[in-house]
Amino acid sequence: MKVLVAVKHVVDYNIKPRVKPDGSDVDIAGVKLSINPFDEIAVEEAVRLKERGVATEVIAVTIGKANSQDSLRHALAMGADKAILIETEAEMQPLGVAKLLKSVVEREQPGLIILGKQAIDDDLGQTGQMLAALVNVGQGTFASIIDIKGDEIEVTREIDGGTDVVALKLPAVVTTDLRLNEPRFIKLPNLMMAKKKPVETIKADDLGVDFNPRLKQLKVADPEPRKPGIKVANVAELVEKLRLAEVL
Amino acid sequence: MSILILAEHDGKHIKQSTRQAVTAAGAWQLPVHLLVTGSNSTDLASEAAGIAGVAKVLHADAAQFEHPLAEDVAALLVQLGTDYKVILSAHTAFSKSVLPRVAALLDVAMVSDAISITAPATYVRPIYAGNVLTTVESSDAIQVVTVRATSFAAAAGGASAEVAAVNVPASAGLSRWIREDKTVSDRPELSSARVVVSGGRSLAERFDELLEPLAHHFGAALGATRAAVDAGFAPNDIQVGQTGTIVAPELYFAIGISGAMQHLAGMKDSKIIVAINHDPDAPIFQYADYGLVANLFDAVPELTKALS
Ligand SMILES: Cc1cc2nc3c(=O)[nH]c(=O)nc-3n(C[C@H](O)[C@H](O)[C@H](O)COP(=O)(O)OP(=O)(O)OC[C@H]3O[C@@H](n4cnc5c(N)ncnc54)[C@H](O)[C@@H]3O)c2cc1C
Ligand SMILES: Nc1ncnc2c1ncn2[C@@H]1O[C@H](COP(=O)(O)O)[C@@H](O)[C@H]1O
Repeated sequence: MKVLVAVKHVVDYNIKPRVKPDGSDVDIAGVKLSINPFDEIAVEEAVRLKERGVATEVIAVTIGKANSQDSLRHALAMGADKAILIETEAEMQPLGVAKLLKSVVEREQPGLIILGKQAIDDDLGQTGQMLAALVNVGQGTFASIIDIKGDEIEVTREIDGGTDVVALKLPAVVTTDLRLNEPRFIKLPNLMMAKKKPVETIKADDLGVDFNPRLKQLKVADPEPRKPGIKVANVAELVEKLRLAEVL
Repeated sequence: MSILILAEHDGKHIKQSTRQAVTAAGAWQLPVHLLVTGSNSTDLASEAAGIAGVAKVLHADAAQFEHPLAEDVAALLVQLGTDYKVILSAHTAFSKSVLPRVAALLDVAMVSDAISITAPATYVRPIYAGNVLTTVESSDAIQVVTVRATSFAAAAGGASAEVAAVNVPASAGLSRWIREDKTVSDRPELSSARVVVSGGRSLAERFDELLEPLAHHFGAALGATRAAVDAGFAPNDIQVGQTGTIVAPELYFAIGISGAMQHLAGMKDSKIIVAINHDPDAPIFQYADYGLVANLFDAVPELTKALS
């Protein structure tokens, strides 16, 4: 069984992005980019399936500018077998990403497709569900445990107020939550080896799908800052302040 | 044209977040229809019909909706949705699973987690863990949107809308519900609690022992950082933050929490924030209305005692 993993190259989670002075967009020039943390979890899960003999091949795919290669290299260094870059300079939104991923699914015929539950730049959390809809398969969102049983996958999902478990017919789409696993640390030799693994580049425009953005960004802005607060000297003063604020 | 809201319930009651979505829908000044899915759920449909601002309840009652699966609910919404201008819901785990699927099947974009709506098609939503707000405009004929519940007041009750049964398409059989494990608690729901008491990883094994009595005093919900959850000190469903639950209570206690931006994303819209941390330079203090620099293992019991 092939496992396809979608990875997005995003502003590193440690970085607080800045708004451009003209408010037109977020300024990411020169900012450190990394693999989306949820996608790193997705790669880790796929590689573990291969190590357990459940998966035969792990393919990582990304859609974006040429520099998204870095996240593919990261996936290869973690243990993915090959990588596909669907290259475009265009702004990408989940529906367009899902349509492009669908064409990769049709070509590669994976038995399982793993995405992150959300990209930490756009915070949308849509692509996996959209892809599942377009290829007409079941979806296991916010997965914290997966278990392949015959021609089904059981997915334990982190939902409001607890967890639930669904069984999906394979092929299926799974989106990862934080507790699915802890991604491995990449050792230097693996990084070197990853350089030898194949990365195929396909021009997004050659795939014959409409991936034009549907949402138009009118402006970006900093959120309203909070009013500065105060430090209280001790518990008694804290209680006093809360009493005055009428929240006790 | 009208607005279709996907309602959510716990089997007994319509969730507060659905009432908040009804308020959000007011931006369009169009009739609001509420879709209630369930099995033997007549009472829920009646409760939904009582929400002020709802013109009509569409009641999809079928055995398969005892535990609604995203694939089946999406199929139903797609069948109904082409008659609507807007398909809306609160940004909950349930809707986050269903609505992107609906949007893709209708071949339209989706707007997630809107905090403000300028009808007919302009939305403000947080990106980059709430560090930036973006304003987006959608050009699609059907708008598919989830809203951040805490940004909208809950619609009141007292109305009496018409309830109409809808035909439910057969399940596509792509997935099967197996079981669920919901935390039973007499505490209020985290996302709509008036007071939230949250702790970080430094509480360690004493997380419950220290925070429960304080939470009890306020009838508060418990919250936690990712670090506390990952370490197994708190259950996953109480993680507050960018990738957990978003809260905006009247009073938020951040106890032994450093204030990483992923955590701030989930609580910085709280009305009053209290932080207790022994590091005077902890970033959380920049967001706290009242900051107490102290060892939490002393300060929390002292606070609980002072309040009782
Ligand atoms: C993709 C991604 C998503 C994430 N999503 C979330 C999310 O949704 N929610 C979330 O919370 N985090 C999230 N995180 C993690 C986040 O970056 C932080 O690591 C986390 O919030 C830190 O938790 P903490 O404050 O408990 O721990 P730490 O950062 O370790 O802070 C502990 C604090 O406790 C204080 N302390 C220690 N001992 C005492 C004492 N005795 N008395 C008083 N104070 C004490 C210390 O001074 C320190 O400030 C995410 C991270 C990533 C990469
Ligand atoms: N440009 C992209 N290339 C590859 N995968 C993507 C891309 N955008 C989103 N994804 C996948 O979809 C998930 C959810 O993204 P989003 O819907 O944007 O929050 C991510 O975690 C990735 O797995």
